[in-house]
Amino acid sequence: MTRDQLRILLPVLSLAVLLAAVFYLQPRTMSYFGLNLLFNLAIPVALATIAQMMIIMVNDIDLSIGTFVSFCACVTATFVHDTPLLGYSILAIAILAYSAIGAVIHARGLPAIVVTLGMSFVWSGLAVLILPSPGGASPEWLQTLMKSKPPLVPMAIIAATLIALVTHLFVKRSSFGVVLQGVGGNERALERAGWSIVKLKATAYGIAGLFGALAGMALVGLTTSADANIALRYTLLSIAGVILGGGEFTGGRVSPIGAVIGALTLTLAASFLSFLRLSPDWQIGAQGAILILVLAVRLLVSRREER
Amino acid sequence: MKTIAKLFTVTAALAMTTALPVAADTSGKSIALSNNYAGNSWRQAMLESWSKVTGAAVADGVVKAADAFTTSENQATEQAAQIQNMILQGYDAIVLNAASPTAINGAVKEACDAGITVVSFDGIVTEPCAWRIAVDFKQMGRNQVKYLAERYPDGGNLLEIRGLAGVFVDDEISAGIHEEVANTNFEIVGSVHGDWAQDVAQKAVAGILPSLPELTAVVTQGGDGYGAAQAIAAANRPTPTIVMGNRQDELAWWAEQKAANGYETTSLSIAPGVSTLAFWVAQQILDGADVPKDLTVPFLTIEQDGLEAALETTPVGSVANVEYSLEDAKAVIDASQ
Repeated sequence: MTRDQLRILLPVLSLAVLLAAVFYLQPRTMSYFGLNLLFNLAIPVALATIAQMMIIMVNDIDLSIGTFVSFCACVTATFVHDTPLLGYSILAIAILAYSAIGAVIHARGLPAIVVTLGMSFVWSGLAVLILPSPGGASPEWLQTLMKSKPPLVPMAIIAATLIALVTHLFVKRSSFGVVLQGVGGNERALERAGWSIVKLKATAYGIAGLFGALAGMALVGLTTSADANIALRYTLLSIAGVILGGGEFTGGRVSPIGAVIGALTLTLAASFLSFLRLSPDWQIGAQGAILILVLAVRLLVSRREER
Repeated sequence: MKTIAKLFTVTAALAMTTALPVAADTSGKSIALSNNYAGNSWRQAMLESWSKVTGAAVADGVVKAADAFTTSENQATEQAAQIQNMILQGYDAIVLNAASPTAINGAVKEACDAGITVVSFDGIVTEPCAWRIAVDFKQMGRNQVKYLAERYPDGGNLLEIRGLAGVFVDDEISAGIHEEVANTNFEIVGSVHGDWAQDVAQKAVAGILPSLPELTAVVTQGGDGYGAAQAIAAANRPTPTIVMGNRQDELAWWAEQKAANGYETTSLSIAPGVSTLAFWVAQQILDGADVPKDLTVPFLTIEQDGLEAALETTPVGSVANVEYSLEDAKAVIDASQ
C-alpha cells in the first residue's frame, strides 16, 4: 500500500465505524430518506472544508471561511435571488477579493492567521449590511437542485462523491494541482524553477473563495433563507475536517477525498451523539474526544510508517 | 325498581369513565423539544418547566414521550441538523425555540413534509407550515401605559428605560409604549438604554435624573426596574411608580416597599413556562384539534395582591414563572380563533 492510500484508510475507517454505530442506534437512518437527512447539511461543510484545504495546502490557515460562507449565503438569498446578474457579479468580486488577499499575504510576508482573522470581521460586517435581519429567499433552481431526489442514491451522497472526485482529480492528478501542493512543500524550489509564488498563492486563495461561495449557495439551497451568522461554525469545522481527513498543517500534504470524508465524519459525529441522548453539556466535549481519538490513532499509524 | 336505578347509575358511571380520557388519541405519540440555547436563567427555567409538565403528562399517558434536546452551540446550522435527526428518530411533533427565524426553515419544511407537526414559540420560524406562538412585544409596552393611565388619569411625567439598542424587541416594546402614550395625558420626559440589566439601568438613570422634572412613573422593559429604583433612591427623590419585569430582585424590592409604605405597581413579562404552553398546543394539534397557525403568548402579570405568592415561588436570580395546563392552551387557541 502506498503512503497516500494508508493516509486515506483511517478517515474511511472512522466514517465506517461511526456510520455503523448510527445505523445500530437508529435503524431508520438506513434508508434513502435517512441517509439524505443525515448527510445533506454536510454538503456545505464539505465545500467549506475543501476551501480550507486549499489554504492549508499552501501552508496558511484561513480563519475567515465561516464568515465568508455566511456572507455568500446572504448574497445568494438576496441579490442572486432578486437580481441574478448583480448577485453573481458580487460573488465573483468576493472570489477575486479572496485571491487578492492571498497575493497580499505572500507579497508583504504577513501571517495569514492574522489577516484572515481581520477579514472575518469584514465579511461578517458586510453580511449584516446586506441582511440586517434574517430572511431572504433561495433561488428556485438552487432549492430544486439541493432538494432533488435522484433515483437509488440520495443527493447528499452524489454531491459528496462529486466534490471529492473533482477536487481529487484537480489537486492530485493535474500538473497544476501538483505545483500548488509544491507551494506548501518547498516554496523556494518552485521559485527557483521559475514559478511565481504570488500568482500560485493568489490562485489557491481564489479557488478557496470559489468553494466558499459554493458552500454559501449550497447552504441557502438547503435552508431556503439566510442569516448573517448562519455559518460561523464552519471555520473550526473546516479546519478539523481537513486534519481529520489526513491533511497536515505544513508541507502541502492534503487529501481532498479525505477532507470530504472528514467533513462527513464531523457531521455524523454530532448526529451520533444526539442519537445517544447525551446531555448537551457533554456534547461539545464528546465531539472533541472523538476528534482526539481519531488523531491519536493517526499519530500511532504515522509513527509506525516512519520506522 | 331500586336495582334498575342502581344499574342505570352504574352504566352512566361506566359511560363517563370511558368518555373521560379525551386525549387518548395522543397516548402513542412522542413530542421533542428543540432548544438552541440554555445559557441563562430564563432558558434554564424554561427547560425545568418543560421536564416538570411533560414528565407528568408522560406518566399520565397523555403522550408516549417528550424529550428535550439543546444544541451544544447556539448556531442555526446545528439546530437544523438537530431537527433532521429528530425526523429520523420518528417524533410525531417537534416543539422548538429557534436560533434564527429563517435559517432553519429548510429543516422545518423537511419535518413538515415527513408529516411531523412543528410548533415554534418565543424564537419563532417563518416557514408557513409551522405553528407560531409569538410574543406581542408591542402589547407589552401598551399594557404598561394602560395600567398607569388607570392609576393616573390626569397623566404626568414618564421616564422610559429601553433595552439593548438596535434589537428588534427593544424597538417593538418602545413603539408600543409611545403609541399608547399618545392616547393619554402622559409625557415621556426622558429615555435611556438600560440594556435589560440592573447595573446598566442604574447608571443610566442616575445620569439622566438631574435633568428631569418630578417623575410620576417609569416604564421599563424588564430586568431594569430594580436598578432604576436604586438610582432614584440614591438621588433622594420621591419614588415614582416603576413598572417591573417579574425578576426576583424587582419583586423583592417591591415587596419591601409594599410592607414599608404600601407602594403600588404592576409587573409583567413572558413566563419561561411558555414552553409548556407550546407542548400542549402540539398535543392538541396531534389530537386533531383545529388550531390557527399564529397564536400569541399570554403575559404573566403580577398584581399587587399576588406579589407575595409570586415572590415565594421565584428563586433568587431568576424570573417569575408559571406552568401552563391543557386548559390554558385551549383558552389561548380559542382566543385566537
